[in-house]
Amino acid sequence: MIKLQQIVKTYNEGTDQAVPALKGVSLEIGRGEIFGVIGLSGAGKSTLIRIINMLEVPSSGSVVVDGVELTTLPESKLREMRRSIGMIFQQFNLLSSATVKENVAFPLRLDKTLGRDQIENRVSELLDMVGLGDKGDFYPAQLSGGQKQRVGIARALATNPKILLCDEATSALDPKTTSSILELLIKLRDLLNLTIVIITHQMEVIKECCDKVAVLDGGVIAEQGTVVDIFSSPRHELTARLVNSAVRKDVLDTLEHMTLITEYREGGSAVVELLFLGSSANDPVIVETAELTGASISILAGSIHHFHGEILGILVVGVAGTQEIIDKALETLRGRVYRLNFLGYEVKTPEESAT
Amino acid sequence: MSELLMSWGLERTLANNIAMLGQGTLDTLYMVLAATVISIVLGVPLGVLLLVTSKGYFWDSPRFYAVLGAVVNALRSVPFIILMVAIIPFTKMLVGTSIGTTAAIVPLTVSTIPFLGRLVETSLRTVPYGLIEAAQSMGAGPYTIIGKVLLREALPELVQNFTLTLIVIIGCSAMAGTIGGGGLGDIAIRYGYMRFQAGMMVATVLILIVMVQLAQWLGDTLARHVDHR
Repeated sequence: MIKLQQIVKTYNEGTDQAVPALKGVSLEIGRGEIFGVIGLSGAGKSTLIRIINMLEVPSSGSVVVDGVELTTLPESKLREMRRSIGMIFQQFNLLSSATVKENVAFPLRLDKTLGRDQIENRVSELLDMVGLGDKGDFYPAQLSGGQKQRVGIARALATNPKILLCDEATSALDPKTTSSILELLIKLRDLLNLTIVIITHQMEVIKECCDKVAVLDGGVIAEQGTVVDIFSSPRHELTARLVNSAVRKDVLDTLEHMTLITEYREGGSAVVELLFLGSSANDPVIVETAELTGASISILAGSIHHFHGEILGILVVGVAGTQEIIDKALETLRGRVYRLNFLGYEVKTPEESAT
Repeated sequence: MSELLMSWGLERTLANNIAMLGQGTLDTLYMVLAATVISIVLGVPLGVLLLVTSKGYFWDSPRFYAVLGAVVNALRSVPFIILMVAIIPFTKMLVGTSIGTTAAIVPLTVSTIPFLGRLVETSLRTVPYGLIEAAQSMGAGPYTIIGKVLLREALPELVQNFTLTLIVIIGCSAMAGTIGGGGLGDIAIRYGYMRFQAGMMVATVLILIVMVQLAQWLGDTLARHVDHR
């Protein structure tokens, strides 16, 4: 649906104040996907999303949306194309001088073939869809942040676009409102078969609603993949930091008080992190492994995270026994869980009941 | 008008003076309103042009902006009373004479357009750039953005600035009176100053004060009415 190839964007190009924002970004976003782009401020996220609808013109590279190369389109054709790409913003960007209805009607009025009645019907249909059917005659200043964003969404979807771009759309909202907006986006994706691109600096947003994610760091994509993959095994340092702050906080707090070494010592126990995904999170893996191998397994920390459509469980356990028993237990565990990360040996056993 | 007043039993001089003040007020209103309307008609496009050619806006053109800005600044730096005299040939060319209320409208307008242009530019700059971006993302072209986003969103500020312009023009119109522009300024100088008629001076000042108060009140009310932020 959206294909970016080798996108380079340098501001003030050719002057001594040249600022590189994107240094060769390639992305492919499939139809109906909710694709997240996460990064710290200054990573180039805003530039990247604006390149998809050509609000920013890339210095080089190719932008293909729905089979059309946008970088070579003339301005008038581009304007036409933008009507099939909706966009919502962090600051909502509603006209303060216009009512909710007028705001939503704005993109419709640009289409001279639409009659007054058609526009009016479409507007009330859109407002119902985002749950603001009774707020049509309000001015934006009379609405809450979440309601303003709903107006923004209704406006962005007025022209039946196939793509919705979300530029930090929930960053100005509180966590509860954020969740309700993200739920609405998921609902609309399913209802309208939208392709949604979300840029954010909040890992929670990625966790709650994205199918895939790309991590943008210093103008390049550090890593990308499915959300579950990225969360369960981040490879890039920045990704690990973002993921850890989002899902491993409790786990890391526990580990902070332990001294781990790489070699096994008599009476020591192995500390491993187990990741459970989906249905395997329900299996009695720990007890069965203990019974099977004779290892004594203690739970040190754990947390369960609900992703959009998936459950990820994180459990840190201590496995005590002889070297042989530990090895066998780890092997058994490895076969039963989604992923096992070996963290080290703890010298003092967490429990005194080792066999 | 003075006959009518005398028929009510007013003394001749007083009746004549009141009639004169009435005529002066009408002349001033004519000059001021005409100059304000023309200034708005020409000053708003000037302000829009200044904004959209400035850095970061959609017709970004540093050279054009610099030249236009320099012209605007040059016109603004000439004091009104000098400008009025300096452009007499231009005024004659336009209205055929340099004396009278209609002729006074020309220098009033010429001096006010660049002033209002800058005010309009500043007002439009208060519209968050995100709104322009949002309109662009919906496929709006430059003219739609100017009309339906910039001017519409800045309307409360624009109304305030139109009021300010109107008041500045009232002040300048009195100056125009000194070189034969007619109106209240003319009366104040000829009778109040040159003939030492303190009563006439006080009367013109009072009328001008009332005019300015009314203009400000009207402007504030209108601005409040269009402001939904």
